[in-house]
Amino acid sequence: MMRAPVNGNLRRRQLWDKVMLGLLILGSLIVVAPLLLVLGKVFVTGFSAINLAFFTQDFQPVEAGGGGLRHAIIGTVLMNLLALLIGGVLGLAGGILLSEYPDHPVNPTLRVISDLLNGLPALLKGLVIYTLVVITTGRFSGVAGALALGLIMVPIVLRATEGVLKLVPWSVREAGLGLGLPRWRVILSLVLPAASSGVITGLMLGFARAAGEAAPLYFTAGGSQFLNFNLGQQTESLALTIYKYANEPSPLRVEQAWAAALVLTLLVLIASLLARWVTRAR
Amino acid sequence: MATVRTQSRPGSSPLYRAFGDRLFAGMVLVLCLLIIGIVVLIGWQLGVNGAKAFAAFGIGGFLGGTTWDPVANVYGAWPFILGTLVTSIVALGLAFLPALAVAIFAIEYAPRWLGNVLSYALELLASLPSVIYGLWGLTVLVPFLRGGQQTLFLWASDHAQWLLPILGNPIGIGMMAAVIVLAVMVIPYAASLAKDSIALVPSAQREAAYGLGATKWEVIRMAVLPYARGGILAGVILGLTRALGETMAVVLVIGNNKNLPFTLFGPATTIPSAIVNEFGEAQGLQLSSLLALGFILFIISGILNLFAAWIVKRMSVDGRL
Repeated sequence: MMRAPVNGNLRRRQLWDKVMLGLLILGSLIVVAPLLLVLGKVFVTGFSAINLAFFTQDFQPVEAGGGGLRHAIIGTVLMNLLALLIGGVLGLAGGILLSEYPDHPVNPTLRVISDLLNGLPALLKGLVIYTLVVITTGRFSGVAGALALGLIMVPIVLRATEGVLKLVPWSVREAGLGLGLPRWRVILSLVLPAASSGVITGLMLGFARAAGEAAPLYFTAGGSQFLNFNLGQQTESLALTIYKYANEPSPLRVEQAWAAALVLTLLVLIASLLARWVTRAR
Repeated sequence: MATVRTQSRPGSSPLYRAFGDRLFAGMVLVLCLLIIGIVVLIGWQLGVNGAKAFAAFGIGGFLGGTTWDPVANVYGAWPFILGTLVTSIVALGLAFLPALAVAIFAIEYAPRWLGNVLSYALELLASLPSVIYGLWGLTVLVPFLRGGQQTLFLWASDHAQWLLPILGNPIGIGMMAAVIVLAVMVIPYAASLAKDSIALVPSAQREAAYGLGATKWEVIRMAVLPYARGGILAGVILGLTRALGETMAVVLVIGNNKNLPFTLFGPATTIPSAIVNEFGEAQGLQLSSLLALGFILFIISGILNLFAAWIVKRMSVDGRL
């Protein structure tokens, strides 16, 4: 491999060095260009399309002005909050087991399963909830959607929780145990609060990721044109709206899709900025 | 006001004895077993329901069958498997070198501020919802491609007739659009994983190579990349699983044509897009066949994920593969 040139053609090597630097810069530009195009399009078209009606009105036919996406925003928030409850509890429990009970016999399995769940296409999570919940109950519902989204959150929350809990020094736990506190009280009152900002970031990342998922909701929540606070009914989400409006012939619908894309992008942006800020503060 | 006790004494509750710890550990364990149970249930549900399709057509008949006809109730998965593999692998092939280049550039060459900006942009783009890439593909990329494809198609019809069956209809929507959208989506994902593993290479490794008189590129090629190759490979595999399971971005731009042969420009299909397009009216054998498609995807992505996890684990033990 490392065949050092014996009577070193130094000039050739230095030329090669420059050529590779040029190729690397070229490759980086090839990467950055389309990414800037996508992001630029989201911000430029999104900002020009977004308006007050987007947040205050529900679906209306194009002839009647097109309305807004309040029903989708509320649907997204409600489903994701319920999903956060499911994914948060399961993910936290998983993170606690992996970090606080490092010798537990279930851990190797749990780690493999969490990797599997993380890599499992979101579509399949939705498809299984469809066969289990939607077919059984006979209808699409926000609850089914929240179940699918919760499954997406579990591995994200689990990894984030395990990561930050492991950053808490063992001396904190020893101090608590030394005061005579039982282990559960040490975990809940000392370890989790010490890691709270990281745990909250994990929850936010899970929330942002799930909020952008359209495929699993297509099978479970079903989508709706009406404002609806009852998750027992069909529910709309922003990501689902983007998917539906992208194919609409009316330019107004496509603009609304870009506005929805902007809202989702800002959500992801805020979540990842917070994550960065929290890990930097550490 | 008889008692002077101002504090409750925790020791008096059974929760503060061994019972409390056992209760807490038990609850955590139950929730974790629930996670494991759910994943097993997903595989079981797809496998058992999909088994009807495998039973009806035979495993080889289902996997290799080229007809998917709900009217005749005959289902073969080959067009979908082929479409999924071709789009994902070609997209990854397109994405790999640029992704590696940006990772190397960000760590080894760029000034710190630029490296930080690049890594942050890559992370953000890796977590951008896929349906947004689909929207971009359909409203920006497809019209753009259509223009270029039509020019090429007209040229070929005058000068190279034999090319026409390979090119297919120049409508913008199709295989080519799907591959490009997937490549754009996979790049930030693969690049940020490659970047992480390049950043983990100890600087002593670089300094040793510099000490031998290597140029910067030689340091990267001989000292950095061999050390980081495990992580880079894991990033490639995880990028591949992402591309394989990608749904909405592909559905919007691929055109959903399940008739072989596929052409370069013309519409094609993948497993996820077939599931999305057909599940609505699917019942009985058709639904089983769709679930069987899902099961194939489950198995492929499961194997790839475990492989990537294994590589990462090997890396963390002795630092290299």
